[in-house]
Amino acid sequence: MTASLIIQVVLGGLLMGFVYALVAAGLSLIFGLMNVVNFAHGELLMLAMYGTFVIHENLGLDPLLQIPLIVVVMFGIGVAIYRLLIARALDVRFNTGMVQIFVTFGLSIFLVGAAQLTFGSDFRSINNGFLSNQTFTLGPVILPMSQVLAGVVCLLAFGVLAFISRTEFGRALEATREDRDAVALIGIDRDRVFSIGWGIGAAAVGVAGVMLASFYYISPTVGDNFALIAYVTVALGGFGSLLGALIAGLLVGVVEALTALFIDPSLKQIGIFAIYVLVLMFRPNGLLGRL
Amino acid sequence: MGDNAILKRRRRELIVGAVLLIVLAVLPLPIESVYLRGLIVLTLLYAGLSQGWNILGGYCGQISLGHALYFGIGAYSSTILYVTLGIPPTLGMFVGGALAALAALLVGWPCFRLSGHYYAIATLVISQMFLLLASNWNFINASMGITIPFRTQSWLDLEFRTAILPFHYVMLAYVAVVWIIAWFIEGSRWGFYWRAVKDDAAAASSLGVRIFSSKMAAAAISGAVTGVGGALYAQYIAFIDPDSVLGLSLSVLIALPAVVGGVGTLWGPLIGAAVLIPVQQLSASWLGGSGDGADLMIYGALIVVLALARPQGLVSLFGIRSQAGGAVVDRA
Amino acid sequence: MPEPILQLRNVSKSFGGVAANVDVSFDVARGEILGLIGPNGAGKSSLFNSISGAVAPDRGEILLEGRRISGVGAVACTQSGIGRTFQVVRSFDSMTVLENVMVGAFARLRGSHEAMAKARAMLEFCGLEARMDRPAYMLTPPEKRRLEIARALATQPKLLLLDEMLTGLTPTEAQGGVQLIRDVRAQGVTIIMVEHVMEVLLPLIDRAVVLHLGRKLTEGSPAEVVRNPDVIRAYLGDHYAAV
Repeated sequence: MTASLIIQVVLGGLLMGFVYALVAAGLSLIFGLMNVVNFAHGELLMLAMYGTFVIHENLGLDPLLQIPLIVVVMFGIGVAIYRLLIARALDVRFNTGMVQIFVTFGLSIFLVGAAQLTFGSDFRSINNGFLSNQTFTLGPVILPMSQVLAGVVCLLAFGVLAFISRTEFGRALEATREDRDAVALIGIDRDRVFSIGWGIGAAAVGVAGVMLASFYYISPTVGDNFALIAYVTVALGGFGSLLGALIAGLLVGVVEALTALFIDPSLKQIGIFAIYVLVLMFRPNGLLGRL
Repeated sequence: MGDNAILKRRRRELIVGAVLLIVLAVLPLPIESVYLRGLIVLTLLYAGLSQGWNILGGYCGQISLGHALYFGIGAYSSTILYVTLGIPPTLGMFVGGALAALAALLVGWPCFRLSGHYYAIATLVISQMFLLLASNWNFINASMGITIPFRTQSWLDLEFRTAILPFHYVMLAYVAVVWIIAWFIEGSRWGFYWRAVKDDAAAASSLGVRIFSSKMAAAAISGAVTGVGGALYAQYIAFIDPDSVLGLSLSVLIALPAVVGGVGTLWGPLIGAAVLIPVQQLSASWLGGSGDGADLMIYGALIVVLALARPQGLVSLFGIRSQAGGAVVDRA
Repeated sequence: MPEPILQLRNVSKSFGGVAANVDVSFDVARGEILGLIGPNGAGKSSLFNSISGAVAPDRGEILLEGRRISGVGAVACTQSGIGRTFQVVRSFDSMTVLENVMVGAFARLRGSHEAMAKARAMLEFCGLEARMDRPAYMLTPPEKRRLEIARALATQPKLLLLDEMLTGLTPTEAQGGVQLIRDVRAQGVTIIMVEHVMEVLLPLIDRAVVLHLGRKLTEGSPAEVVRNPDVIRAYLGDHYAAV
């Protein structure tokens, strides 16, 4: 157990942390916007990963180059989900909260089934990408290039999200979040804002999916694990807070990596769960949350 | 002072319940297919489980997505007591139920101050945490699970070799008891308080309702009932492992019949189970055998369609009083 | 006054830096109907919330029959005998009228049959017995107000806080409301009313306490208060028409 091993593990955890942060940001955005938990969020990640895989296999495009394409497609899927399903769920007269939960749950089950039907349950991976076998060396620390790039890209995407939140649209999102009925009076079209919000949230998780596809295994249920981590991350960072998602994502990534190292790889999530329980007990709003 | 609609409705419910019980008691007798008999057993079990979930989720309004935790505690407690100490499951199930109730209180204590979705996520994460722990806990044989060996045929031990019919009656008794508990609660002080809290917590507390302790009571009952169901399931299937008794899909399947059938109603979970479980089981058998996913697509699509089309639950199709309306027929 | 039922002593409450109530003190006599009046933003609702236990005052205390009830919480206040209605009617929409009132009755009664009997009695008292099996959300606005009163009465309060019960009603409806309030007082319940509709309020109340910008401006009989120049000045900004 050398110091450089620990540093390497921590760095690896930080890089994964950026990925987690981006996935969580997408979830938090939708959540903070309309108080809807997207229980199909993990499946959106899975879709992006499969999309990347398919395009790579058939067109030879490297994941890194696919980002613009996947972003557009995922944005469209997010909008479609909102318009076809969520908008209807929000308009329901009774039990709206519950309907929202189970509509997205049903969607997630549906998507897993669709993936299974289309691709089978076997694990897939992208093995001969541009970066597949390259490594990044920094002194005694060696990390796979694909993971380093994943971290960097996700951090950049996060920056884009932060930028958007400061624009006029970002403020419209905020206003709609505060009072969705009143904003109609000042000319903000609630449905349009929500659609775009969903689109952005899905696009964010899409970017994470593209980068993950370059080094992580791909299967119909791969989304479940990331979704769980995303829930914990969002809860930890505080619902509706982008900065909170970032800090929490990094924290989660590092804790997971250290737990795997010091305790047991198959128990690596225990550290995250433990933190979640602590936050639950003492700061239910999360570190930076505004409930 | 004449009779009012409440008293009439409650009497009607008891009569319908009694009739239904008789019908279900004789239902399996002419059926010879082992598969169908097993399907009915599972449907009854989930009807009972969902009715138990409904006590917390439907009446009290706290949507739990982690009820598998209580199911698993019940299943493992009863099984371990039986396999290692020979304690019959007919006793072990009460131990399981009590432990599950305790767990529900411990979970509820920090979680009840969370609202709606946040509470749902918390229950989900907590139950996933215990799934992970259980999968690595050697005392309960970790992810390899525990097989319940067959000893002798006995009602006390709930062992019936390969016969399914006795389990039909066990599960029927289970769902009947849970239903009666729900019926009692609906007409009791707690039942009124839970519905009041769900409708308007501030108004409720201005009328003297102790929100937190009433939620804890709901949690304990709900947990206990779920735990007992888990113990019965363990004896029926004779094998348990973390994935089958603590998994997320189980939590969802426990909640769904109530959601689809009509939360906070007496008949909702029963109707929902009668619709969902056969669909889910049959599509899994016919289409899902090779793991090709079509069954999941049907199941998922069905959930979405039912949730959107009938948010107040399938009970509204029968003109039965649903959560959203009063004693009069509600066809909103 | 002989042993007052409610005493406020220097009650102060702020929300996020804004002072809602500042140093408010007055007594309420047993069995009287007291009007709590003042222009918008005077702090009336905030005071109600402090008395009913929904919030705890920052400073000062509130005594019910000599016992401190400030800061004990809404549930304890109800148990001690304080009932209230809300400005925006908050009925339990998934329940019938009867069931709504039963929730209140359960504050004092354990069994469902007793609670049901009590609820029916309260509905009859408030003139809603014919509607008892209707879903609560189907009531007309004046009926909903009666429901609020019936529900609060079912908790067997000693003191009833009515928050703008008579606002927005037609003259006939308002007269019915006034009669009901008089009937409630005749049962021995002390009443504090927040109200804006002066024409209806002033003939009904025994005394008035006027709040302005969070402080108590004055108190006295309706006639005295109405003639008070400070009171008139306070209201001029509210387009108050002299009675």
